[in-house]
Amino acid sequence: MKIKKFLLALLLGSSAFLMTGSLGAQELPVEEVAEAVEAVADAIPFEDGYAAFMETPEAAFFTISNLWLLISAALVFIMHLGFATVESGLGQAKNTVNILFKNVFIISMGIITYALWGFNAMYPGFAEGSAGVFAMGSWFDVPASVDMMTAAYADYTWYTDFIFQAMFAATAATIVSGAVAERVKLSSFMIFATLLVMFAYPITGSWQWGGGWLAARGFYDFAGSSLVHGFGGFAALACALILGPRAGKYVDGRIRPILGHSMPLATIGVFLLFLGWFGFNGGSVLSADPYLVSLVFVTTALAAAGGALGSILISWVFLKKPDLSMALNGILAGLVGITAGADSIMPAYAILTGLIAGMLVVFSIIFFDKIKIDDPVGAISVHGVCGIFGTLAVALFSDAAGFGIQLIGTLSIGAFAFIFSAIVFGLLKVTIGVRVSPEEEAEGLDIGEHGQEAYPDFGASSR
Amino acid sequence: MKLVKAIIKPFKLEEVKEALADIGIEGMTVTEVKGFGRQKGHTEIYRGSEYTVDFLPKVMIEIVVDDADSEKTSDAIVKAAKTGKIGDGKVFIIPVDSAIRIRTDETGPEAL
Repeated sequence: MKIKKFLLALLLGSSAFLMTGSLGAQELPVEEVAEAVEAVADAIPFEDGYAAFMETPEAAFFTISNLWLLISAALVFIMHLGFATVESGLGQAKNTVNILFKNVFIISMGIITYALWGFNAMYPGFAEGSAGVFAMGSWFDVPASVDMMTAAYADYTWYTDFIFQAMFAATAATIVSGAVAERVKLSSFMIFATLLVMFAYPITGSWQWGGGWLAARGFYDFAGSSLVHGFGGFAALACALILGPRAGKYVDGRIRPILGHSMPLATIGVFLLFLGWFGFNGGSVLSADPYLVSLVFVTTALAAAGGALGSILISWVFLKKPDLSMALNGILAGLVGITAGADSIMPAYAILTGLIAGMLVVFSIIFFDKIKIDDPVGAISVHGVCGIFGTLAVALFSDAAGFGIQLIGTLSIGAFAFIFSAIVFGLLKVTIGVRVSPEEEAEGLDIGEHGQEAYPDFGASSR
Repeated sequence: MKLVKAIIKPFKLEEVKEALADIGIEGMTVTEVKGFGRQKGHTEIYRGSEYTVDFLPKVMIEIVVDDADSEKTSDAIVKAAKTGKIGDGKVFIIPVDSAIRIRTDETGPEAL
């Protein structure tokens, strides 16, 4: 053990020599030293190398950063409970089991497919010996190494990297779930969501976060206004278009609102999403950098608050009443809006970003209702429209990126999600069908798809 | 025997129940109902779209009493449930042919 630790100290020390180019009396060529260092590193078992790293001064920041990213991953996980409750609350009681079931499936399927395929596809070449985008399953072939479990990888381990990104991936399909709720055929949705998360999400993700063409052109999307939310929003738009509105929503040219069955559930969901967003944005700093993490917390909270106030103002003035469901959508709009620039938009502009997003989301929801695209939870407006706005806000309110590339980037990602979804969902429509029968829709998907009730006996289930 | 059937504002239920207990009424059945009379409904708004709510929530109380008690029962309900505003509800008094207590097989007024 002692010899191995000495060897590692020599290895760490020799890198300092390499920096200065001075090797004292021995005067070995630089390449030979590098080779020797590598050979020594290879000879040390992972456990010893890792233990030696954990005794270096770097290990403290690494440990804190790694812990912060794991906490963030757990916070992003809680967002899935938020999505489930928002969607349930804004849906009718007779479809609650179906909505909850979709959400349970999406998070489970999202994590598994991301392990099998998505992680490698999104970050091609990150894993040693991986075959890039088409490296299905190679994730499991990679043993722990000092390169991947210490600061040599990043401010967090490779495992942390995976679990944090995996929590993000499932989000995209959850967004679609809300827009197609109360009428989509379960089996078709499960197939669609799997293909979306497994193949489409990592492709657009690799354009930016995987070091692809958007990253090379200076596009900036800190935590995914476009890559996660815009992507999900435009996939949702394609599906809602193909699926058509819920029966009874648009009758004789008039909008007949279909009331959500539980405002308390919807509100709980939005607060959970708000909480989770501290991890979604805060974790996207990718370290525990005190300045950046605290800045991101502040901009995230300010934008959410601004979004709520913006939507309250607009709904009160234009819709005559302060609509709770609009205020809830406003919070989410502000959060989606700040996501692209949470680390680069300064606090005063974060408030402005949130306010604009909150106002925008109300007009957007009314607009989509006017053109008869039925979206029970407002997912297209919150994630799609505000995702685009948030991406552009980076150019408008910070100097992290130019307007042109932001516009190109967000439209490219939105277009890819829209076209992929239109093709896949369209194919499902002409093959196995994407919509439940009118009878099943009237009776509720809980009985039709699952043979279960969320609220048995008397009470809410009869509404 | 008479069935006294009262439809009242939900928030008046507690007061009505106490007023009935004060005059010696020992049991009642309460149901949540919806309906409208002259009060009509009102408009509500959900995500930017207005809609009319015709059926307003009410509470229906059903009590079967001896013929002699029906008047003081209905009086107690009317007095306790009154707000003087539209939508206070109605009381109906309906003849009852027979009554049976399931536990003891008693019939008629003894069963009440």
